[in-house]
Amino acid sequence: MFSTSDLKKGLKVLVDGYPWLITDFDFCKPGKGTALYRCKMKNLITGSTMDRTFRPVDKIDKPDLDEREMVFSYVDGDFFVFSDSATYEEVHVGKDVIGDKSFFLIENSDCDVLFFNGAPIDVTLPTFIEKIVTETEPGARGDTATNVTKSAKIDNGYEIQVPLFINQGDTVRIDTRTGEYAERVSKA
Amino acid sequence: MFPKPKRLQTLGNIQARLAMRAGLFSHIRSFFERNNFVAIETPIRIKAPAPEEFIEAPRSGEYFLRCSPELEMKQLLCAGFERIYQIGACFRENERGKSHREEFTMLEWYEVGVDYCRLLEFTTAMLRDVSLKISGTDKINFRGIKIDLGAEPEIITVNDAYLKYAKISSAEALRRDIFDEVMDELIEPELGQGRMTFLLDYPACRASLARLKPDSCDVAERWELYIGGLELANAYSELTDAKIQRSRFAAEAAARTNTGMNLYPEPTEFLEALDYGLPECSGCALGMDRLAMVFSNATDISEVTLS
Repeated sequence: MFSTSDLKKGLKVLVDGYPWLITDFDFCKPGKGTALYRCKMKNLITGSTMDRTFRPVDKIDKPDLDEREMVFSYVDGDFFVFSDSATYEEVHVGKDVIGDKSFFLIENSDCDVLFFNGAPIDVTLPTFIEKIVTETEPGARGDTATNVTKSAKIDNGYEIQVPLFINQGDTVRIDTRTGEYAERVSKA
Repeated sequence: MFPKPKRLQTLGNIQARLAMRAGLFSHIRSFFERNNFVAIETPIRIKAPAPEEFIEAPRSGEYFLRCSPELEMKQLLCAGFERIYQIGACFRENERGKSHREEFTMLEWYEVGVDYCRLLEFTTAMLRDVSLKISGTDKINFRGIKIDLGAEPEIITVNDAYLKYAKISSAEALRRDIFDEVMDELIEPELGQGRMTFLLDYPACRASLARLKPDSCDVAERWELYIGGLELANAYSELTDAKIQRSRFAAEAAARTNTGMNLYPEPTEFLEALDYGLPECSGCALGMDRLAMVFSNATDISEVTLS
């Protein structure tokens, strides 16, 4: 159990049966009244948000969360299969949990799988991945300083915005948190 | 070469605000001097804080760090002082947020022979004067809105504010035990928008050390000042009746025992002074860090204080 004095931004709590991440926190105390702990929270399963205010006497449950380092192995129908490199135990993670992150899943990459009550609810990918550009307009020379971009596709069809100097066949680094181009790794 | 510590970076970022804060303190002191108030310093470590249900004084050995200088300053009034003020550190355990610090700076003053309405006028005049001295204008920008300190302040009773913004009477909010939540979520954000708001006449159960209104004893002669939704000051016509004060302290102390808060010794010296006689007077406590936030358009108290 957490007490209200434990509440802070970044803490994960169990409310109404769901795990929540506190995304914003403030301590309030209307004139001579009781202390109020005002939290903005994000549901770790559904992604929805809510505001919840606690009083000093409130006790807040701890969610049963467990984060494990696992390797992405292969796709099995609607499931993405991750395996524990120590025990070789395999875990099937549903398409709904992975979502658009599937574009950035690379076989044998190290990921962090988050479990709630034993079931996988989220996967954190390596922050940066490298992909080859399979399709884009020919590169323009000497235009490295401006912010002008063009569309490019990577091997699985995912589309990103890249600087004009990028050519088909170049390897680029993508930030998996934003899904955006980060830098060029090597030329074709 | 050593790298610049992060803390020093932060301190550098708030340098201009700290300089503004220094000017603010100096103008406030000068306003009180011009109005013939005597600057007082009462001890920061005290033996017996006033028991309050929702405020905890941190322990300091056999003593406590003061939550407020109220009891010590009122003893000076009993001894014959008529106009006193103090600026100093106060402490409240476990209060930390965007506008709270466990250690903060309080301006507190008392004047004999005036009631809370007169005090309201004095406070309004002080803030206008200080604003003009700091920035040459009584119009400020705070929390994304323009606030005209020169405009006639809004004065609204607690009950009217509950009816207006929450469609519920303050008595009903108390009965349903949602008084503080409603205040925090629905009322405070509406106060001090465009001009100062004085929220006044608190329910008797929130009288603290204020006297009840003679013609309507279910409310206390107490107000709070808001600017841009931020609570800045708390004031009252002081309770001078020792018997009533003793029974209020007993009730607060009982509530504290029930919730496992620190046990304080009885504030005997204060109660004896009250027995001897406290003249009719009013007093106000104003958070100086928050006032610095208002005048420097800060969003977080950490931008104006080092604590």
